[in-house]
Amino acid sequence: MAGMSELTASQRFQAFANPARFMALSDRLLPLSAVVTALLLAAGLYLSLFASPADYQQGETVRIMYIHVPSAWLAMFGYMVMAGASVVALVFRHPLADIAAKSAAPIGAAFTFLALVTGSLWGRPMWGTWWVWDARLTSMLILFFLYLGYMALWATIEEPVRAGRAAAVLALVGSINVPIIHYSVVWWNTLHQPASVFRIDGPAIATSMLMPLLIMALGFTLFFVTLLLLRMRAEILRRRVRVLRLARTER
Amino acid sequence: MAAFFDMGGYAAFVWPAYGLAVIVMIGLALQSVADFRMQRKLARELEAGRSARPRAPMRNPDSEA
Repeated sequence: MAGMSELTASQRFQAFANPARFMALSDRLLPLSAVVTALLLAAGLYLSLFASPADYQQGETVRIMYIHVPSAWLAMFGYMVMAGASVVALVFRHPLADIAAKSAAPIGAAFTFLALVTGSLWGRPMWGTWWVWDARLTSMLILFFLYLGYMALWATIEEPVRAGRAAAVLALVGSINVPIIHYSVVWWNTLHQPASVFRIDGPAIATSMLMPLLIMALGFTLFFVTLLLLRMRAEILRRRVRVLRLARTER
Repeated sequence: MAAFFDMGGYAAFVWPAYGLAVIVMIGLALQSVADFRMQRKLARELEAGRSARPRAPMRNPDSEA
C-alpha cells in the first residue's frame, strides 16, 4: 500500500478531493480549529475592548473597527472562496468544489451583513449619517444581494448538479464586484476612508490598534474556516441522504 | 466600570455592534451544528434501513429546512 508521500502532487490532490477522505480529515481537524477559533476570538475581544486605546479623533467608537473591518474582509474573502470554488466546480467538475462554494455562501453573507450594520453604527456618530449611497457602501450592499441571490438559486433548483452550475455562473459574474469594492474608495469620492492596513507603504495605523485588529481578523478567519468545514460535512451528508432516498424509492 | 460601559458617550453605537456580531456568529454556528447533526442522523437511519417512513422523492434537500 503506497503512502501519501509516494503519490504525485496531482494524485494527492485527487485523494484529498475524495469526499470520504474529506470527512475523515475534517473530523480530526474540526475540534482543533474550533478551539483555536475560540481562543483567538476571546483574545481579540479582550484586546479590542480593554487593552487598546481610544482614538484621538474618534474616541471609543474606534472599537467598532475591530468588528467592522474583519467582517468586511471576511465578506470579500468569503466571496473569493465561493467564486474560486465555482471555477473549480465548472472547469474540473471537482466533487468537493461545488460543496465548498455552497457552504461558504451563508458565512460570507453573515459577515457582509455584519459589515453593513456595524458600518452604519459607526457612521452615525462619526459621519452624522446611518447610510449614504456612495461607492463603497453601495458595492457592499450589492455583495450582500449577490450572496442572497446565490443562496436563493441553490434553494430553488431541485437537482443539485443543475443548481450548482447555475449558482457557479452567478458567483463568477458577481465576482467583478470584489475589485470594485476594494478600489471603490480610490476610484470614487466617498465618505469612507481609504485602506489603512493593506497599503503599499505599510499599515497607517498605530500598533496598539493594529494588534487587536489583526488578532480579531485571524479569529474571524478561523471562525470562517471552522464553519466552512462543518457546513461542508453537513452538505456531503445531505447529498448522501438524498441519494439514499432516491435509491429507496426506485426499488 | 460605569465609564467602561458608557464608552465615552458612544455606548449606543459600540455595544450594539459587538452584541450583533456575537448574536450573528453564535447563531450561525449553532445553526450549522444543528444542520450537521440532523443530516448525520438522517444518513445513519437510512443506512441502517430503519427509516420506514417513505419520504417525498426528487426534492431538493434545501427546501426541507
